[in-house]
Amino acid sequence: MSRPKLVSSKDAAQAQSLAPELLIQIHDLMVKARVLEERLIQMYKQGHGYFWIGGPGEEAFNVPLGLLVNKGRGLDHDFHHWHYRQSGTLLAMGEDPVGALRQMKNAASDPYSGGRNFAGHYSKREWNVCPVSSPIEVQYSMAPGTAMAQKRHGGDGITIVTGGDAGTAEGDFATCLVWSSRKGQELPVLIVVTNNRWGISTAYEGQHGETQISDRGRAFGIRCQTVDGNDPVQTYLALQEAITYVRKERKPFLMEAMVSRLYGHSSASGANFVGDEVDCLARFEKRLAEESVLTRELMDAVRKRWTDEIAEAARKVREEPLPDPESIWRHVYWEGGER
Amino acid sequence: MANMAQAIRMALHYAEENLGVTDVFGEDVGPPLGGAFTVTQGLRTAWNSPLDERGIIGCAIGLALAGQRPVAEIQFVDYIFNAVDLLKLAGNACWGCNGDWNLPMVVMTPVGSGIRGSIYHSHSFDATITHIPGWFAVMPSTPLDAYGLMLSACKQQNPVMYMPPKALLRTRGEELIPGEPGDDKQLAKMIDAPPPPADRSRWKPQWPELIPYEVPLGKAKLVREGTHLTVVSYGRTLPLCRKAAEQLQEEGISAEVIDLRTLWPYDWEAIRASVTKTGKVLFVNEDTEVTNFGEHLIRRTTADLFYQLLAPPQLLAGKFVPGIGLADSLELASVPQLPEIVAAVRALHALEP
Repeated sequence: MSRPKLVSSKDAAQAQSLAPELLIQIHDLMVKARVLEERLIQMYKQGHGYFWIGGPGEEAFNVPLGLLVNKGRGLDHDFHHWHYRQSGTLLAMGEDPVGALRQMKNAASDPYSGGRNFAGHYSKREWNVCPVSSPIEVQYSMAPGTAMAQKRHGGDGITIVTGGDAGTAEGDFATCLVWSSRKGQELPVLIVVTNNRWGISTAYEGQHGETQISDRGRAFGIRCQTVDGNDPVQTYLALQEAITYVRKERKPFLMEAMVSRLYGHSSASGANFVGDEVDCLARFEKRLAEESVLTRELMDAVRKRWTDEIAEAARKVREEPLPDPESIWRHVYWEGGER
Repeated sequence: MANMAQAIRMALHYAEENLGVTDVFGEDVGPPLGGAFTVTQGLRTAWNSPLDERGIIGCAIGLALAGQRPVAEIQFVDYIFNAVDLLKLAGNACWGCNGDWNLPMVVMTPVGSGIRGSIYHSHSFDATITHIPGWFAVMPSTPLDAYGLMLSACKQQNPVMYMPPKALLRTRGEELIPGEPGDDKQLAKMIDAPPPPADRSRWKPQWPELIPYEVPLGKAKLVREGTHLTVVSYGRTLPLCRKAAEQLQEEGISAEVIDLRTLWPYDWEAIRASVTKTGKVLFVNEDTEVTNFGEHLIRRTTADLFYQLLAPPQLLAGKFVPGIGLADSLELASVPQLPEIVAAVRALHALEP
């Protein structure tokens, strides 16, 4: 008697796919995000910035996320509370990479902080991207507030909050789980944890007792899932389903994405490429070639195009002036009148 | 006359009906309790949060980011300290993004001693909040100011820390809240929830026709004119300073008393004008005396008005001990009371160049 054949989750994931045009778009954005991060690192190493932190290794999750959001300002659109590894998402939403270069250079023209904050600390009110800050947890306690306003407002706008595995040790993560899951008062929030299995220099095992972080959602009745964050097809499909659930049901969803950290925590740990973690871009390119979606030559051309374009932008940004010293007094309080 | 708790309640009612306040929330803020000090009874937008101070401040930030206008309460300021980095975040949000976002939010939290609150219900916060740029910080000492400062706070486009002194929440002023009936019993019947064990589930307040009255943020109040010296205070110690000045009048000491009302940005012009006139100043508050807000005021007074001074500026503040002990004798020994204020004014008056 033959035993039933088990389809492994790996096989199942490979069986899923997306339209070739979408695969090509995701690839293009992943390359763009990687090239941008590598340029930011280079700027740091060449002395054109004081500190680098970012998300190389998270492109296979962050790019699909950016493609799936409802972009815009106000309650009818999605609100974003991110940590500092979200370049891929912002680029996938259509942002010009020059802004990230300007922030790295702490130029007056930095559109996110006017030269005040680190790389990757985005803010874009036009698209509901709330200010990113350096504490690794605070965004989780702010997310219920925007989600509450959205639930009250109606429509299908949701709140998306992202953070890392290490940040879930902070109480704000529990705050997010508690406040978003109160019975009858559930909130439309997609709670994302990108798990790179590191907290600066300490390994996951040294910081966590739980097997998967997503398991913590179960105690609160929150739908939860762990996905392979190095596979953009799997993340796209999983995010699509999770986001649809949050939009329609107006309830929370906890998604943990297993990702890589390809250049360490930040420039403080050297910002050198680590060879022993999965490179989601290399893996995706191998698959695209095998499935004849793109040739090696075409993919190389994509990389060259973004490398040239972003390098050229970086050269221009290097000449841009620093903020005026007197500008420290600006924006302590709101200068925009009634909003 | 309304007491301060009723005055704040009426201000919040006015603000939720007329100024766009969308949420008044915190621990026990909604029904059935309506606030540990009854401040939020009967409000349309009041709701109970989990007992999670970081969640409360975080949620207020989120609501403000989403275009709402929240008033969040931390039940006692003693419990706000685990949310201090979120207060910093609220204070730096607008600056950090170079003016992209702003946070129209009020955090209301009763401060100070005077209710025999022991170690965790007696803290002050003036030194801490004036160390966090990006906030407005106010502390009323009368019901009418409490009303007027709350209306101004609820119109702000920036975070406002609103700190009613616990000891004064039950005290009545000498001025009517514009629109209140003027009869204490009638007002209580209209807007105070029936005390337990009465069933409050069907109770609804009958709000008087309130009239807006704003105390502008950043404006001090000259409480009492005098010529010999200036006393600058706020909150619980303000009425004590006033009483001390009245008492010392009989000894021929003429003390001018200023109620700062807004701690940040504070009314330097009011202090400058008075100290220029009297040449002597005593700052009184009840926060611990080391790195006290009054020390900043002394530094500025000394730097800016040195040649107008007739005596070293003085500070009377709380003792630098880890807490305020429960026993009467301990609390009274820890934070300024009337006799110490009288003695400090007398001593300052006696100083001659």
